[in-house]
Amino acid sequence: MSTGVKHFIAFAALAIILIALPKVFVSGSAHTMMSLMGIMIIFALSYNILLGQTGLLSFGHAVYYGLAGFCVAHAMNYIAREKIGVPLPFIPLIGAFAGLFFGALFGLISTRRAGTVFSMISLGIGELVASSALILRSFFGGEEGIPTNRTKFPPFFGYKFGPQIEVYYLIAFWCFVCIALMYALTRTPFGRMCNAVRDNPERAEFVGYSTQRVRFIAFVFSAIFAGVAGALATINFELMNSQSLGAGQSGLVLLMTYVGGVGHFIGPIIGGVIITFLQISLSDITKAWMLYFGLMFILVVMFSPGGVAGWLALHQPLLKGGRIFRLIPAYALALVPMAMLAAGLIMTIELAHRMLVDAQSDGSVMKLAGWTVDAAKAQPWMLAIGLLVCGALGLKLAWPKVREAFAAQSAEVAQ
Amino acid sequence: MLQLVTFSTLNGVLYGMLLFMMASGLTLIFSMMGVLNFAHASFYMIGAYFGFEISRRIGFWPAFFIAPVLVGLVGALVERFGLRRVHKFGHVAELLFTFGLAFVIEELVQMIWGKLPVDYRVPPSLDFVAFRLFDTTYPAYRMFMLAVAVAMFVFLLLVLKRTRVGLIIQAALTHPGMVAMLGHDVPTVFMSVFGVGAALAGLAGVIAGPALVTQPAMAALLGPILFVVVVVGGLGSLAGAFVASLLIGLIQTFAVAINLSMGDVFGPAVANAFGDLGRVTVAQIAPIIPYLLLVLVLIFKPTGLFGNRES
Repeated sequence: MSTGVKHFIAFAALAIILIALPKVFVSGSAHTMMSLMGIMIIFALSYNILLGQTGLLSFGHAVYYGLAGFCVAHAMNYIAREKIGVPLPFIPLIGAFAGLFFGALFGLISTRRAGTVFSMISLGIGELVASSALILRSFFGGEEGIPTNRTKFPPFFGYKFGPQIEVYYLIAFWCFVCIALMYALTRTPFGRMCNAVRDNPERAEFVGYSTQRVRFIAFVFSAIFAGVAGALATINFELMNSQSLGAGQSGLVLLMTYVGGVGHFIGPIIGGVIITFLQISLSDITKAWMLYFGLMFILVVMFSPGGVAGWLALHQPLLKGGRIFRLIPAYALALVPMAMLAAGLIMTIELAHRMLVDAQSDGSVMKLAGWTVDAAKAQPWMLAIGLLVCGALGLKLAWPKVREAFAAQSAEVAQ
Repeated sequence: MLQLVTFSTLNGVLYGMLLFMMASGLTLIFSMMGVLNFAHASFYMIGAYFGFEISRRIGFWPAFFIAPVLVGLVGALVERFGLRRVHKFGHVAELLFTFGLAFVIEELVQMIWGKLPVDYRVPPSLDFVAFRLFDTTYPAYRMFMLAVAVAMFVFLLLVLKRTRVGLIIQAALTHPGMVAMLGHDVPTVFMSVFGVGAALAGLAGVIAGPALVTQPAMAALLGPILFVVVVVGGLGSLAGAFVASLLIGLIQTFAVAINLSMGDVFGPAVANAFGDLGRVTVAQIAPIIPYLLLVLVLIFKPTGLFGNRES
């Protein structure tokens, strides 16, 4: 099969999935979540143009998302007030232009160097913009932010974009367009030069490219797509506030991209979906969800630096060779101690959280996965610690077996 | 005016020395591993909380000595079981590891001590007026902080420049392979330097906790400023970190004291032309001045004031 056909099939499948998803998950909360996922996919992919493809670690990417969001909020209010006949679906283009403008402005400063210096400038610009947002109140709206209204636009083929489902399709459309464009970007000679600048800047210079210019163009592209994501966020929430351009949002996009996997195009898509899902569902289940996020991030950095996509890609040759099923016994063996370890860790955190945060107001009796437990007694703690220790020891014993099985099967496939 | 200048200078030097206590550790760790430690300000925060907890139980003076040692141990453990593992994945992974660690530490501190500031007070033995100048009093605790910071600085300088230990550390920073060939255990040297750097940050936390506010956001508030110091001074340069610490300390303290806006200087007509920008006072933009400085320095001298390396 030629790559053209492969790409056509992949993007057709993506389109079908995007169209069919709301029919499968019909609840209103699912539509809200999927809208957010769409936005975050664009945002994370735009970040990966920097981190994954050009090797630039930015700590202030939310600046372009947020500034574009604010521009769009003002533009939307202006358009609604002056009754200019621009339908809502074209609004993200304003975000793209805002991203282009700010990306070019700050990119000129920050892309002169790569590496740590780039990271530090991005951090500085991020803090600068985030602090300015609280000072320049007429543009950023202070603590409350800038509210807007997406239903005050002329109907687009009869749609007013009041209900969430219509907004979902708007986001899905832009998500598809942005994914296609960003994928296309990685296939151009420019996209390859980005990789060259990441891997070996010296050689890239010798080939005749200015690494600074390549970094600058990549930076601007990344800001444009972040701007589209920011515009969609403004449309979705009908509000833009200064938190969206702060360090928290910049950290979130880094988390999504890295957990998803920076080495593969699909990584940030996986990351955007997983992290958004966890963010919404975990915050309902446990109050310590931020802690779980941090731990998850550290675990990925320590044990699977390729992220989810990198881990999946490891198995691709085995899948092709038809030997992936031979791994099941080894994985099943490792799964038991892993589950014990996870259960012990979750139990410890939840018990500790109960005792330290909620015990004074709500007492020490709590519900843990359906069981009623008294966190002040010793038994649940013993169980948690026991699970932790047994899980850790078990994993230490089981992991070499997984490695062995993996190496054996890989060798078979290689032959 | 003279009063303002005197006290701002004093406070600025104090703040600068406090910054240097952390920036020195950060710089040493950077020279050693080539990685900026995002969790460094978190060690400062842990120091403040350990100091609070120990001084609540057995008093401030034991806390003053025990808390930094504990923080140093935490730091050494982080290096031994965290960073050393991640090292093989490269610099980005190391940086991200410390980034995630800072996040986790903040969440843990919030869980253990709550989201609100804790009541970490100046000990009674130091709670008196040191001197009175132009009808304004200066607390003795601040003088104590200054003394500790200066003592720290002298101690660090002597250890690094005048002892065999300092010689080995300095050599290990630039030529780890050669030092290992000579029979020194370089990984242990790295772990110790990381631990001592963390302990220094912890000590800064113990003494700064009562004077500033001990709260879970203190690491996130100070961390970026610390990076500004290290980068402006020049990555890997201790002298640069010292100058930049004092510079930023003084700039910030003076900016906070200046209550002028563009409207006051150029008249309301000019100020109105600038909108919000015309109305804000210098004191209000004090928090963003370090970042402006960072961006400017990196544009005009990317190696920082004293630095000679870029990555």
